[in-house]
Amino acid sequence: MALLELQNVCKGFGPAENRTEVLSNINLSISEGEFVAIVGYSGAGKTTLISLIAGLLKPDVGTVCLEGVPVTGPGPDRGVVFQNYSLLPWMTVWQNIALAVDQVFPQWTSEKRAEHVEKYIDMVNLTAALGKRPGELSGGMRQRVAVARALAIDPRVLLLDEPLSALDALTRATLQDEIERIWERDQKTVVLITNDVDEGILLADRIIPLSHGPQATLGPSIPVTLSRPRNRKAINHDPRFKKIRNEVIGYLLGEGSKQRQPVPTVLPIDSSMPLKASA
Amino acid sequence: MKWKFSWEDLLLPLIGIAALFITWQLISSSQRTDLPSPSTTWEASKLLVLHPLEKRGEQDQGLLRLVWCSLILVAKGYPLGLLIGTPLGLLMGSSRWIYKIIDPIAQITRPVSPLAWFPLGVLLFKNLQSASVFAIAICSMWPTVVNTAKGVHAIPQDYWNVARVLKLSRWKTLFKIVIPATLPYMFTGFRLSLGLAWLVIVAAEMLTGAPGIGGFLYSEYNGAIYTHLVTCILTIGLTGLVMDRLMTVAENWLKSYTTI
Repeated sequence: MALLELQNVCKGFGPAENRTEVLSNINLSISEGEFVAIVGYSGAGKTTLISLIAGLLKPDVGTVCLEGVPVTGPGPDRGVVFQNYSLLPWMTVWQNIALAVDQVFPQWTSEKRAEHVEKYIDMVNLTAALGKRPGELSGGMRQRVAVARALAIDPRVLLLDEPLSALDALTRATLQDEIERIWERDQKTVVLITNDVDEGILLADRIIPLSHGPQATLGPSIPVTLSRPRNRKAINHDPRFKKIRNEVIGYLLGEGSKQRQPVPTVLPIDSSMPLKASA
Repeated sequence: MKWKFSWEDLLLPLIGIAALFITWQLISSSQRTDLPSPSTTWEASKLLVLHPLEKRGEQDQGLLRLVWCSLILVAKGYPLGLLIGTPLGLLMGSSRWIYKIIDPIAQITRPVSPLAWFPLGVLLFKNLQSASVFAIAICSMWPTVVNTAKGVHAIPQDYWNVARVLKLSRWKTLFKIVIPATLPYMFTGFRLSLGLAWLVIVAAEMLTGAPGIGGFLYSEYNGAIYTHLVTCILTIGLTGLVMDRLMTVAENWLKSYTTI
């Protein structure tokens, strides 16, 4: 059975007369331990998709199920790393992570919780900065705190919403390696949302393009068969890498780039109202 | 932020103050006014200023003593205003319903002068001092209410998402997220409220005749002693300025802790 399953999920925003259907007919099935990357245009609805999985938004149609149980709201079984870190600026690195750990593991002793917090700060190499506030950290360090916080609550699924898009190329590469290392160790189920095809291929077991919005939908799922650990330098010359890359970009620029015609709004005929010429 | 000394920051304000004193001197030297000149005022007020802690009678006290009496009254009414205003602002900020219930009351109550609240206070509490405390509290609380509500509205969605993903309880969300995130806005409210409380105190003392800087000013005026008027006005202004500056320091310090 799939760990995470989305069936016919549709989501739109706005009132009926001015509605944008952001996502339409999303079907996705992810098994335990899998690392899936979803790649798409900016503004296509990637964040909407991750918010639906996180339970921060409810689908208009369709269901999101975690271990066969429909998702009704957010919860710590789905750890989220948001694009803009979402750390609490008045708390230190330690306090930000401890807030999550204390909340999710209240049954533990305080020593055990403190140990757990330390372990995850160490995992993202921030032990030296544990007493600092987010304002004193660089963007890359902040994002590592966010990753540590999401992992420390031991979620069933880790949701990464463009976690590296705000960082410079070098920091980005370092953090990509770090995410892969952590994933190798923890074997967490991960959904990574990104606009960087190479990043998706480098990290994921499977890469799925998201078509152009509105009414964005998922394209064909493309397995990334490259062996791990993947070397970012060597990978560039691997013909399999090029093939996967071409497939993803081919979809995004071809079939996935077409803006779908919005379905014409059909108003119920009301005999009391004169018919208007269609706009 | 480093403060660098510059002549501009010292000289230009001095020019303004000098101009004010010259204007005062010119007006007082005209025949049609009873306004005492700066030097007469200084001669008469020397005792009050140079022995600021002396007590010679109920209203005849050193300036600092008078200010102190007024501050004590503020210290009763102002915290009461914050105590009511802060939770009210938090409620208005977090619930659209409560906002819509309270907003019209706030809009109507806000422009009412302390002089209008005072008789109501006397009626309610049958005590002049309680009536002043009531007037201070009810007049000074609105900036706190409005700014706190604004601060809650301004909490980024990300912080709410953190609370939702972690399933924080209402109280934990309030103390771990809402209050720290709103604190700089609250403090702006606290600062403006303190300014208002100080504004109200003078009016309240005029009505009660209680010892204090406002009461003193009014009793001198009633006794046709005009030499202290400007001294009192300057004292009230300076005290307000000092309080405002102290609050600004606290406000900036908090802001540096609650934003990235």
